[in-house]
Amino acid sequence: MTFGDSPAAKAEAGETLLTKVGKFREVGLFAFIVLVMLFTQWKNRNFFTFENFDDLLANASILGILALGMMLVIVTRGIDLSIGANLALSGMIAALTVAEYRGLNPVFALLFGTVIGIACGAVVGLIVSYCGVLPIIASLGMMYVYRGLTYIVSGRRWVSASQMPDAFKDFATTRLFDIRVYIFIAAAFYLVFYYFTNHTRTGRRIYAVGSSPESAAISGLSAKRITWLVYVIMGGLSGFCGVLWVAKFASAQGDTASGYEMNVIAACVLGGVGINGGSGKVGGVLLGTLLLGALNNALPMINMSVFWQNAIQGAVILVAIIVNTLVKRNVDRTNLMRRPI
Amino acid sequence: MPEARTISAEKPFSLKAFFLQWEWMLLTVFILIQIVNSQLSPYYLDAENLVYTTTTFLDKAFIVLPMVFVIIMGEIDISVGSTVALSAVLMGMSNKAGLPMSLAMCVCLLVGLACGMFNGLILTRFKELAPMIVTLSTMIIYRGIALILLEDRAVGKFPSWFKEFGYGYLGPIPYMLAIFAAFAVLFGLLLHKTSFGRQVYAIGSNRTASLFSGVPVDRIRFIVYALIGLMSGVTAIFLTAKMGSTRPNVAQGYELDVIAMTVLGGVSTAGGKGRMIGAVVSVFTVGYLRFGLGLRNVPAENLLIVIGVLLIVAVMLPNIRTMIEGRLAKAENRRRAR
Repeated sequence: MTFGDSPAAKAEAGETLLTKVGKFREVGLFAFIVLVMLFTQWKNRNFFTFENFDDLLANASILGILALGMMLVIVTRGIDLSIGANLALSGMIAALTVAEYRGLNPVFALLFGTVIGIACGAVVGLIVSYCGVLPIIASLGMMYVYRGLTYIVSGRRWVSASQMPDAFKDFATTRLFDIRVYIFIAAAFYLVFYYFTNHTRTGRRIYAVGSSPESAAISGLSAKRITWLVYVIMGGLSGFCGVLWVAKFASAQGDTASGYEMNVIAACVLGGVGINGGSGKVGGVLLGTLLLGALNNALPMINMSVFWQNAIQGAVILVAIIVNTLVKRNVDRTNLMRRPI
Repeated sequence: MPEARTISAEKPFSLKAFFLQWEWMLLTVFILIQIVNSQLSPYYLDAENLVYTTTTFLDKAFIVLPMVFVIIMGEIDISVGSTVALSAVLMGMSNKAGLPMSLAMCVCLLVGLACGMFNGLILTRFKELAPMIVTLSTMIIYRGIALILLEDRAVGKFPSWFKEFGYGYLGPIPYMLAIFAAFAVLFGLLLHKTSFGRQVYAIGSNRTASLFSGVPVDRIRFIVYALIGLMSGVTAIFLTAKMGSTRPNVAQGYELDVIAMTVLGGVSTAGGKGRMIGAVVSVFTVGYLRFGLGLRNVPAENLLIVIGVLLIVAVMLPNIRTMIEGRLAKAENRRRAR
């Protein structure tokens, strides 16, 4: 952040310390992921295999893409609870479309779903940025609306695997260099978002608005437009993931991805995205996603009953945020001691 | 002798302002719904039926009462649905293990209270953490514990007197309605007539200022979170009595329904604003709306849309009013300047 008003030397000292903590956080998270993996490998020899990692990453890809969008939303001090419903609606409409026009190229279905997602996200964004409704309420309200619309457009029926053309279903199992195409898609999104958040003007503006909307407004940024943009991006990603989801599970239902928004928020929080806005890194979100993905993959492999997964996931999140707070407190205290009197 | 100036916090009474209150708008909507519903079915507008209908929606209303406190403090608790599930599951299991039902109900309330206290403990120990994030993780944990305990089974076979809680009557009034009314009065008094309630408002308006003026912020937050846990336990009892059995996946999504009802009742998520009566009226408005749409055979999905739109409009209306008033004031200033 270049918004500090302290003298250069002090800012520099503070910044190196802050980056140190930032690194520590990510290193800690990475170490924990490695620990989980090693433990699993010790219990089950099949963990460190190519197929399993392919599975793990492909399963985590949708979560990871959504977490990128959610990171931007949280950076602007917002939250979007409507993404699960948005995902279901876009996925459902795309599935109905491919069921109707069977010759449609899957890429078109993806684009179509993305457009619907963008439209849904734009509505949420408008309500948040231009009507001044708090994000949690706006997205909660639209969550109900999109979920209702999903049931209405489908007439409360499922779109099952037999109705979908093979080209569409095969898309999910397509492999490129023996690696599933979903992993490449997610990787591409991570590269684009890394560049977008760190090296483009709009990307930096999102952080500026998030760390201090007032100063951003004084410096001539339109906080409203940036806020709106963030929800549009989130919506677009949800729509895109809706199609990926439907193709992967080969079925579109009214309750698709119900409650999935909480997993996405959890991945962001684990990745160190600050709920008070202004902070959050693509690398952190990647690690947060990988941790959740690794847990989901590892627990069945060590014969842990599927019923334990929720509790373990929740406990990991709680411990992670508490440890993070303790570390931060410690650092703040050291900073205070070092302050020249 | 100069006249003593009296400073009063009360605004002068004005009839217009009185009727422009959010609660009156809600009441109008409520009456409109009753009129429309009575057009739909000739049997609708019947005292017995109206009273009976309340048992279809009042179970989650018990959480709305403490949620008003939480939201007035400017915070949020999304773990309540999972708390309901965990306390219901433990009640069922302890009954199955041979505990008499009355003791099992105590277990249920205690589990709810413990869940709420755990949230409160974490939130007061680690003040930097956002309530949304902490309760998100405990939401996953509580539901997770319920899943570990009961896996995919259900427990039931409760004594018949227990089921009375769901549909039984105390004279002409269902137990559920009577107990809800008692709780509503209790919580209303607590919020509006005690120093505890004033302190809750103070925390919501400005936490730092209230801390510096001697409000025990942490203690009050802890008590409020404990209360919402306890009331989730109460909901668990009524929900289980209504359904006759319980599973780990009951009450899914209750947190969002409860928050929606509270916000519809005019409680501002920005904190410091809102009244108990608004939330109570909103509970009945949403409940009868749901029932009326059911009478018309409107599928539940459309109801979702109606509630979603209502929720956003409810929050937007005051904003639009301030926007228009601001514009008018600006125009007025400009006119005066000329």
